[in-house]
Amino acid sequence: MSILVNKNTKVIVQGITGSSGRFHTEQCAAYGTQIVAGTVPGKGGTEVNGIPVYDTVAEAVEATGADTSMILVPARFAADSVMEAADAGVSLIVCISEHIPVLDMVKAKAFLQKHQESPTTSTTTSQLQQKPLELGKDKKLIGPNCPGVITPGECKIGVMPEFAYSPGNVGIISRSGTLTYEAAYQLKQLGIGQSTCVGIGGDPVIGTNFVDVLELFEADDETHAVVLIGEIGGTAEETAAQFVKHNMTKPVVGFIAGQTAPPGKRMGHAGAIISGGKGTAADKIAALNQAGVVVAESIATIGHTVAQALS
Amino acid sequence: MRADFLLINGKNMNIHEYQAKAILKSYGVNTGPGNVAETPEQAEAVAKQLHCAQYVVKAQIHAGGRGKGGGIKLAKNIAEVRQHAEAILGMQLVTPQTGPEGKRVRKVFITEAAELEKEFYLAILLDRETSKLTLIGSAEGGVNIEEVAARTPEKIIRLQIDSDFGLVPFQARQFAYRLITSALYHEVIPKATELILSLYAAFTACDCSLVEINPLAIVKTDDGLDIAAIDAKVNLDDNALWRHPDLAAMRDPQEEDASELEASESGLSYIRLDGDIGCMVNGAGLAMATMDIIKQHGGEPANFLDVGGSATIEAVAHAFRLILADKNVRAVLVNIFGGIMKCDTIANGIVAAAKQVELTVPLVVRLEGTNVALGRQIIAESGLNVQSAEGLSEAAQLAVAAANTTSL
Repeated sequence: MSILVNKNTKVIVQGITGSSGRFHTEQCAAYGTQIVAGTVPGKGGTEVNGIPVYDTVAEAVEATGADTSMILVPARFAADSVMEAADAGVSLIVCISEHIPVLDMVKAKAFLQKHQESPTTSTTTSQLQQKPLELGKDKKLIGPNCPGVITPGECKIGVMPEFAYSPGNVGIISRSGTLTYEAAYQLKQLGIGQSTCVGIGGDPVIGTNFVDVLELFEADDETHAVVLIGEIGGTAEETAAQFVKHNMTKPVVGFIAGQTAPPGKRMGHAGAIISGGKGTAADKIAALNQAGVVVAESIATIGHTVAQALS
Repeated sequence: MRADFLLINGKNMNIHEYQAKAILKSYGVNTGPGNVAETPEQAEAVAKQLHCAQYVVKAQIHAGGRGKGGGIKLAKNIAEVRQHAEAILGMQLVTPQTGPEGKRVRKVFITEAAELEKEFYLAILLDRETSKLTLIGSAEGGVNIEEVAARTPEKIIRLQIDSDFGLVPFQARQFAYRLITSALYHEVIPKATELILSLYAAFTACDCSLVEINPLAIVKTDDGLDIAAIDAKVNLDDNALWRHPDLAAMRDPQEEDASELEASESGLSYIRLDGDIGCMVNGAGLAMATMDIIKQHGGEPANFLDVGGSATIEAVAHAFRLILADKNVRAVLVNIFGGIMKCDTIANGIVAAAKQVELTVPLVVRLEGTNVALGRQIIAESGLNVQSAEGLSEAAQLAVAAANTTSL
């Protein structure tokens, strides 16, 4: 099982001819991901490492039956690329691009939500006839500003270093990229593999949140425990804690970065700021503890905390 | 009611009140008369031009609570405007938001001291949970709105704005009626409606991340009641500044930490803190977690520094120089989980920087990931005084011990 992506996932890369698009396409393909096409307006008819390039996502989907897209385009085109993918009937959109204007994403997210209900273009309709989507449920955006999604041993869609991961039964959800690598690698060294790891991104507007992914992990037979990695700022972790309390039967291990961050200072990430005394690590850890989540004291002990939770 | 409703999202550029008012005015918001001055003479000239019954002289710094620190003064005449400007310009203004060191005042804004009938709070920001813009208002204006939200959440009114249609006039009118409940003031409802619509227009056209008017006030004029933004705060979305060169030019570098500004120009994210262990880490989350683990081992981080996912040797060297330029630093901890960012790149950056800047404090390096063997080899063969750590705990322990034994 696993969630979101597996060895049958067919992926197109939006922005495949850019230096980052080219590099990560190569990395993902080498990992075993089925990259079936790329898109770049004006580059249709060309190839990148034998992968056909189309002008539009609609054409690429029509020609290849791709169900997933990885977006690696410059920030100013990224929200538009998300909307194009949704319109073309892609069911999973993984947006790696960062620095996207917030109002662009507000628009893209509204477009995506609307598109769940009523697909408009003819391409989408024909696509739907071939493969009926569960509308309202089936279109997901992961990110933006995230490392992507990996089901170890099967499919990598993103920019994460693959050596850190190994196949197994622990799911990971995280707002932060490098912390996910760190956590997965600790697990791997303890002989604990992962079902799927999802980087949801740290931007103010994201497509998929902690709760969405927790729900998928709870329903996935191959996931036996979940690691939730959060950080200061916002209330996403508190909301996730509520969900865990009422809906999760599987053990959840947590970690919150920024326990010592001073208020009012923005720590790199878009969301990582304590403002008006809210969004602190202490608040989040308390909420998670109350929901029965075991919170690892430090980043160095995530692996051992999971091992204990599993035993 | 979410507890964090005033949490400002995204990376923002802060601007001064006088700039915020100029922007809002250009979209039709009544911000009252006023102008900025950098000298007492200019302040006097501005006051002469305004020609009001009374004036307010307001320090222009990027922090709230200016009145509490003596940065906002009422002037009964033009001579007093000049006196206040003389006192405020050049002062080190301490407010609850500046920290104990305060901020130097370089500009003052001179405006009319309007007769305030009733004060309100009005803001637009992004609701992170719904990914929609939200209009927030309260009849409890002029005070700390976060306290109002915490103590009496029922006094906060809000309206979620549809991302497809934007704010439409009847919604703005309804909001105005909810905000201004007393029939005594209903003559200003049409003006309040226009003001709310203008505020929304400014927010979307300028890619704002926050527009806040506190207070918004009903003011008495010779022609009856009016409504005006007495103060204004505007934050702009950093990621959208490329399409607003005019707004980008409003950045005031003197309001920002020089080393933080320099870092951002190299693609580094650096924030100076009070401790003595310099940190260089890749990834914001890991950088925060590294600070946390230093503290758990009894140390104090000197900075937050994220070198990013794809830094060059030059950027790493630059990061290293920034850390060493902080005279409080007694030890440096490098923690890299190499993915796209390769360990040998980091190692070469460290060696390059150590050649340029004399390394006088102990260096602890924890490398993991892509090309780790090569990275460790480069460090080992460099001849630098480096302690290598296997895990994060060990790295933190070594760094804390090193800092404790280093005298400056």
